[in-house]
Amino acid sequence: MRRSSAASKKKSDSITSSTTDLFRSGPSKATSKEMDRIDHLFNQYANTSSNLIDPEGIEELCSNLEVPHTDIRILMLAWKMKAEKQGYFTQEEWRRGLKALRADTLSKLKKALPELEKEVRRQSNFADFYAYAFRYCLTEEKQKSIDIETICQLLDIVMGSTFRAQVDYFVEYLKIQNDYKVINMDQWMGFDRFCNEISFPEMTEYNPELAWPLVLDSFVEWISEKQA
Amino acid sequence: MDQGFELIDAAVTKLKRILEGKPEPAFGSHEYIENYTIVYNMCTQKPPDDLSQQLYDKYGGIFEDYDKHTMLPSIMEKHDEYMLRELSRMWDINKIMVRWLSHFFFYLDRYFITRRSLPSLTEVGMTCFRDHVYNNVHFNVKQVIIALIHKEREGQQVDSALLKNILDLFVQSGKGSMERYEDDFEKFFLQETASYYSRRSSSWILEDSCPEYMIKSEESLKKEKERVTHYLHSTTEPKLVEVVQTRLLVLVAKQLLEKESSGCSALLRDDKIDDLSRMYRLYHEIPKGLEPVAKAFRLHVTSEGNGLIKQAEDAATSGSVEEQVLVRKIIDLHDKYMAYVMDCFQNHTLFHKALKEAFEIFCNKKVAGSSSAELLATFCDNLFKKAGNDKSNDDSTIESTIDNVVKLLDYISDKDLFAEFYRKKQARRLLFGKFNDEHERSILTKLKGQFGGQFTSKMEGMVTDMQLAKDQQTGFEEHIKNGNTGKPKGVDFTVNVLTTGFWPSYKTSDLNLPLEMVNCIESFKAYYETKTKHRRLMWIYSLGICHLNGRFDPKPIELIVSTYQAAVLCAFNNTERLTYQELFEQLNLSHEDLVRVLHSLSCAKYKFLKKEPASKTISKTDSFEFNSKFTDKMRKCGESRYVPLPPVDDRKKVVEDVDKDRRYAIDASLVRIMKSRKVLPHQQLVSECVEQLSRMFKPDIKMIKKRIEDLISRDYLERDIENPNTFKYVA
Repeated sequence: MRRSSAASKKKSDSITSSTTDLFRSGPSKATSKEMDRIDHLFNQYANTSSNLIDPEGIEELCSNLEVPHTDIRILMLAWKMKAEKQGYFTQEEWRRGLKALRADTLSKLKKALPELEKEVRRQSNFADFYAYAFRYCLTEEKQKSIDIETICQLLDIVMGSTFRAQVDYFVEYLKIQNDYKVINMDQWMGFDRFCNEISFPEMTEYNPELAWPLVLDSFVEWISEKQA
Repeated sequence: MDQGFELIDAAVTKLKRILEGKPEPAFGSHEYIENYTIVYNMCTQKPPDDLSQQLYDKYGGIFEDYDKHTMLPSIMEKHDEYMLRELSRMWDINKIMVRWLSHFFFYLDRYFITRRSLPSLTEVGMTCFRDHVYNNVHFNVKQVIIALIHKEREGQQVDSALLKNILDLFVQSGKGSMERYEDDFEKFFLQETASYYSRRSSSWILEDSCPEYMIKSEESLKKEKERVTHYLHSTTEPKLVEVVQTRLLVLVAKQLLEKESSGCSALLRDDKIDDLSRMYRLYHEIPKGLEPVAKAFRLHVTSEGNGLIKQAEDAATSGSVEEQVLVRKIIDLHDKYMAYVMDCFQNHTLFHKALKEAFEIFCNKKVAGSSSAELLATFCDNLFKKAGNDKSNDDSTIESTIDNVVKLLDYISDKDLFAEFYRKKQARRLLFGKFNDEHERSILTKLKGQFGGQFTSKMEGMVTDMQLAKDQQTGFEEHIKNGNTGKPKGVDFTVNVLTTGFWPSYKTSDLNLPLEMVNCIESFKAYYETKTKHRRLMWIYSLGICHLNGRFDPKPIELIVSTYQAAVLCAFNNTERLTYQELFEQLNLSHEDLVRVLHSLSCAKYKFLKKEPASKTISKTDSFEFNSKFTDKMRKCGESRYVPLPPVDDRKKVVEDVDKDRRYAIDASLVRIMKSRKVLPHQQLVSECVEQLSRMFKPDIKMIKKRIEDLISRDYLERDIENPNTFKYVA
């Protein structure tokens, strides 16, 4: 294993050295055979010079899994791996994710996806996943907001299947309004709360005097004007 | 024993005869003693001969008998007032009888009664009367009394003493409590009073004007109160007053106050001080009675104020409002209605509040696009400019106008906007006109007193700068006299040093000055450096004024021009003719500035330069020549006042600047609040923020929300995860 070169890619060496122990001594003890298979699978998609699975590799992975690469399940997989950089999986992240899914072959990984989806959609996990999805799209260091276009795509992926109507309206609104060029984490989280707490399209419970983000106040106003 | 009883009977009969007015000699003192002794003897016998009980019963029996068989029938056979008289007479008789008989039977009172805790003789007498007379007649009596009162209300005379006596009987019949009086009389009386005044009020309200109605009401209340002193029991007064007030004043308040051409509005308009004072007096007595009056007052003042605003809007030609007229009218309005509040309305807080609310409504309206803050600032500006030139306006008028301005400013919610407009205009006054130091300081002192030091700090700084500048100039001139400083003789040079933070920011440019001016500047710089260290001077040529001698062929004329214009003109000192391009390169002005300056020198009122081609606009291919033929009948030409930028642009800039400052103020306020409270729900945060800032302006709720979001993204605050409507301070 090119652990040493992988280590030099990492931000802090100390994590690497302790995590190796974790792998061997963690609660769900992966057998060394399983670990080998996981690594073997990693190498099938990884770029040999960087020792990362890059966007190309991910695309290949997706087609092998028979999942479109803009599908929410890839995002969920990233979440399970706690992947930090969008479009890339490190070996450690790969190991983390697949070990947790108990998947050491491609077919096992494929089978694990529906279960993963169920897990993520559980109320207790979804908020965390939702926040993760936002952070995952922050590509620059110190970046705090995401541009409107990316947000629209992200909304579609993450919330499209559960809150179709809200997403469609909100995306339309975001595209035609001029006040906001980016959306920040607080506004992003606000939208999730909005979908869960406010009936749509009646929105009778919505009270702009409460602490809803201003962008949602404007959104609700815009819809009311449209309906009038 | 029987003898004893016989003697007693005889005495009683005698007494009755006396009381009934029948001829009978009065009781002599020996008879008195005799009767007393009879009773005494009968009581002091040894039991079973002790006749106390029988005597007691006999006493009661005497009364019972007399009441039932003599008094009551005699009363019942009469009617109306005669019945009352009879009752009164009987009541009086009863009282005397009680007195005399209890004297006779006194011994019982001393021992028998106290020993057995029985009602006293007086009590017995009263109880009998009540039970056998009063209880049977009170209903009819009450009817009669009420009928008499009605007559009196209609203007007829009644026998007050009689009524007083009868009503006293009612009271006494309660034996210590007011129950009988209240249930048997007062209740019905109040009902009757209520319907009487209801009827009155219905007819008056239709026929009479508001003042007339009020006078009648006042009169009625007065009469009813007199009635109480004449014969009603004092406890009736508050209840009676309440009934009358309710019927006459409370239930018709709206109709009364809103009467066309005579209601509250009309009275206020027409200075009807007496009527308004009466209105206050009447409604003041009633709990919460003043509220409709205060409301009518507020609505009237608001509509008067709105009227003034509309007038000003209509009169505003080409978007410029005659603010002198409008502000003076508003001040007069305020004085007029404040006088009402202090005078007719006895300085009552409700009316102060109504006045304040009314003014706050119309004082915050825009007039033809200008905010009231701007209008007020312009008003002050013109006031001081005029005062500088026109000595006829004496100081005390100015002072009182200043006081009024401060009062009005209190009603305006965008105080920070006023401050900014005022500051800009003050700067122009200080730099370019004659200004009166005393007036300038006076208004600032008053504003400081009302709104705090922070409000006026910059403006005060500006006025102080002017004072310092004078001293600085004197020092500079001394310095020049004493030594060779490189300043060319023959050029007078005055400098005003302005402290950057206080003054509005002005655009300037790196103009290439004529040599003489450069030397002046250098010499001042040198002088200044001897006076202060660590200060950098930034020269604002755009604000300068120059006086030049123009040696024109017809006659020399003194030109008063801006520094930029002077720089252009001086360029022609060395050459007759210059092209635009040459001027541009030589002077280092922007195209915009250069075009403007050249236009003012060659295409405007005073053509100091000739332009080729002689079109109305400047183009980059033009060339210019000194116009030696220029002349004017005046000896001086040019703007003695600096031409300000067109007002609309300026206004926009001011509003923008104030908005920016407000954003900082909101941020600071939010952070301050959260730092001390640590955790706070959204609505509370917003309302506290509004409260904190209300001294200076009324913050827009949306803006506050936006600032909160901004603070969240800058990690000053965070949303509470469990409670998304609450924020936490991030240390």
